[in-house]
Formats: sequence, C-alpha cells, structure tokens
Amino acid sequence: MRVSVDPDRCVSAGQCVMLAPDVFDQDEDGIVTLLQEEPPAELHAVVRQTASLCPVRLIQITE
Amino acid sequence: MTQDNLATELPNFPMTRTCPFSPPEQYAKLRESEPLSQAVLKVTGKPAWLVTTHEHVKTVLGDSRVSSNLKLPGYPHQFHIPEEMLREVRLMLLSMDPPEHTAQRRYLIPEFTARRMRALRPRIQEIVDARIDAMLAAGGPVDLVSALSLAVPSLVICELLGVPYEDHPQFEEWSALMMNHDISPEEYGAAVVGLDMYLDKLITAKETEPGDDLISRFIEKNREEPIADHTDIVTMARLMLVGGHETTANMISLGVLGLLEHPEQLDAIKADPDLLPGAVEELLRFFSISDSGTARVALADIEIDGTVIKAGEGILPLNNSANHDESVFPDADTLDIRREEARSHLAFGYGIHQCIGQNLARIELEIVYGTLFRRIPGLKLAVPMSELKFKDEALVYGVHELPVTW
Ligand code: SF4
Repeated sequence: MRVSVDPDRCVSAGQCVMLAPDVFDQDEDGIVTLLQEEPPAELHAVVRQTASLCPVRLIQITE
Repeated sequence: MTQDNLATELPNFPMTRTCPFSPPEQYAKLRESEPLSQAVLKVTGKPAWLVTTHEHVKTVLGDSRVSSNLKLPGYPHQFHIPEEMLREVRLMLLSMDPPEHTAQRRYLIPEFTARRMRALRPRIQEIVDARIDAMLAAGGPVDLVSALSLAVPSLVICELLGVPYEDHPQFEEWSALMMNHDISPEEYGAAVVGLDMYLDKLITAKETEPGDDLISRFIEKNREEPIADHTDIVTMARLMLVGGHETTANMISLGVLGLLEHPEQLDAIKADPDLLPGAVEELLRFFSISDSGTARVALADIEIDGTVIKAGEGILPLNNSANHDESVFPDADTLDIRREEARSHLAFGYGIHQCIGQNLARIELEIVYGTLFRRIPGLKLAVPMSELKFKDEALVYGVHELPVTW
C-alpha cells in the first residue's frame, strides 16, 4: 500500500492523526504530514478507514 | 408548485422526535422513498431541500458549489434573525465560504491540532475531578447538567479562549438563547448584542495587553497579516465560545443518560475503559444533537441522482438522518458501543466546515464519561426517565435537567 496526501486541501480536522498516529501527523500549522508512505500491513485497515473519514478526501491510497 | 400551496403539500421542518432516543420518525421514511425531498421551514415558511442519506449528505457537504453564506437569499434559516441584523451581521467562520473561510480557519487550526488537544488532557482531568469532588461533597440528588455537563466544557473553553470563567452565568444564558428555535427575533438580537458587547470589551483589553490564549494569538497573527477587523474578531470569539460549550454540554448529559439506560454496555465500559473512545463515537452518532449546523444554499444547479437542486435553493443535509442510515449503520436505532463503523458518523459535519473542535469534544467526553462512572459507580437517575424534559425546540438537542443520585 502506498499513501499520499494533498496538504494544500487539508482542513485540519485531525481525524487522521487521532486514528492513525503512526502514519499521519500534523505540522505546527495543523496541516497533515505523512510519516510513512508505505505503512505495514497491520495498519492497512485503519489507513483505509482514515482515508474514508477525511472530510475533504485528500488521502489517496494505491494498493 | 406555487408558493401558496407549498405549506399544504410539503412537510414542515424541523420535525420533532417522538422517542427521545431516536431521530424524528419521518427521516427513515424519507431515506427510503425520497432521499432528496422538500420541506417548509416552520420559522420562515420557505421551502428547503432535506438531504437524508449518509451518501447524499457527504456528497452535498463535499461539493464546492454549495455555500454556507447565511446572507444569500435562499439560505434556509431555522430561527428568526431580524432583517436589519441579517444585513449588518458579520459572517462567522461557520457561515463563510472560501477564500475567507480558508484564511480564518488557517489562523485557528494550530490551536486545535491533535497534539495540542492531547496536551490538554491532564488539565481537563483536573477540571472534571474537581466538579465530581463537589458533587460528592454536596451529596445526591444533583442536577448533572449544572453540576457537570455545562461546567466542564465552559471551564475548558474559557481557559482556551482566555475568557474569565467568573462571567459564565451571563454568557451561558446568552448562548442558550441563541440555540433556541422558539425565541423572538428581538430576544435573539438582544442575546447576540449582549454577548458581542461583552466580548468587544474583552478583546479591546487583549489588543493592548495580550495573554497566553487563543484570542490573543489570533490578534497577534492578524496584526502581522490582517484578514479580520475588530468586529470580525468579536464574531470569531462568539462562535468559539458558544460552539465550545452548548454542544459538548448536551452530549455529556445525553451520553450519561444513554449509558444509564443501557446498563449492560455501561458495565462493559466500567470493566474495560479501552471501550471508551468507541463508545464516544457511538454516542455522538446515536444522538446526533445538531441537524442545523450544516445548512447550505446552492450556488449552481446541482444534480444528485436525477434530482436537480437549483441555484439559490436552500439545502439541509441532515446528519441525524445520515447517522441512522441503515445501509451504513445496521440496526441504526440501537445503541451499540462496540459498533465498528461508528466512526463514520457525520455528527461533526463533513467537508471544509467539519467541526474544528471535534477532537477537543472527543477528549472531554471520554474523560467525563470515564471519570464519572469510575468515581461514582452507583450513579443512577433520581427521577423516572419519563419525567425528563428534552430540548425539542432547540437547534442543539439535549435534556434540560438530568437529576441523578448514587
Ligand atoms: S483528516 Fe484530512 S483534512 Fe483532517 S487533518 Fe487529516 S488529512 Fe487534513
């Protein structure tokens, strides 16, 4: 799984960081940053869920 | 359809709950038969679109062709705002569109990052413990709404904003009035003006003598790169203050009540506090206390599944309905704190306006539910459930008083 984000559109709801803190973080300005582009298999389910919860759908996953 | 026969042909909105724990019954029928339908707003007599399925609510709130601007003619107002006030009123974050919305939100979001929210935990825990100490010292029965539900979020948001908590009886009253469907335009106007005058003084003081708080930091950033004038800052502070306590307060009371009425699930939480975060999401979904924060108006003709919402028409995406959509939440009217898909709820809205304080709310709820039932395991209602009065008339659902004892 590869994850990518489009920080320009982030509205900083922080759903991603609360749910998958090993994969997503927020910078000082509250904008999403990616900690791992290729998260390990045990995180795939939660990353998928996170992508569907992001209110502006900016988390892209390719499998 | 002409304006004249609208009222007889279309249902009224808001629709009231028949069971305090379930959404209005009509929602389920609408999701089945007419997921995009029209209704007449009780307050203005004007029509608006109701959006009732989970998928459609997400679609509408994610669409950049809808506006939150409450000054636009077709905007579906749900309470009386005096005409001249509407003309002069400043838009607050909630009612702004990009690019103004983006700019103001950018100034505020660093205050609400997940990390910052987590850092607040110990302080929130202290506040909750102190309130529960006071409850235990007073002895039951107590009204949980005033003893805990309102006090906790109010104290937290005051600290965050740098608003003196001593003044809380006054601004809690203004805030409750602003959330009420039923008040007259004059009463609504007076509450807004009262709160604005109070905040105006406070902000003027912070402009010369900043503190270590959100409002002072906003003023500071705005000085470097101005996006707002003094009045805009007052409006921003009003939104934060009102938004920060009324909603969470209602969720605290309703969540406690929901758990008391589902003792098997409450016991499970007492035995395993790891269930708490999931329980918070499920309670947010189950009660979906505000259907009104997501009102929009179409900026262009928008076609959704064959139905066309025309430019200028008002839209109400009902998150309470979306959150009880059986296609996403099987057996949706049942409270199930172990529900896996609970997090997909739209109780905080969706899209660019999704609640900026959602993670603060989550942490407050988790700490309150966890601490209350740990420290007072024998907590129970002091009156029969049938005697409780629910806020059917309010923009944010809740219970007026929640007498409890132990
Ligand atoms: S959930 Fe989406 S919008 Fe919110 S912080 Fe994460 S990436 Fe940004």
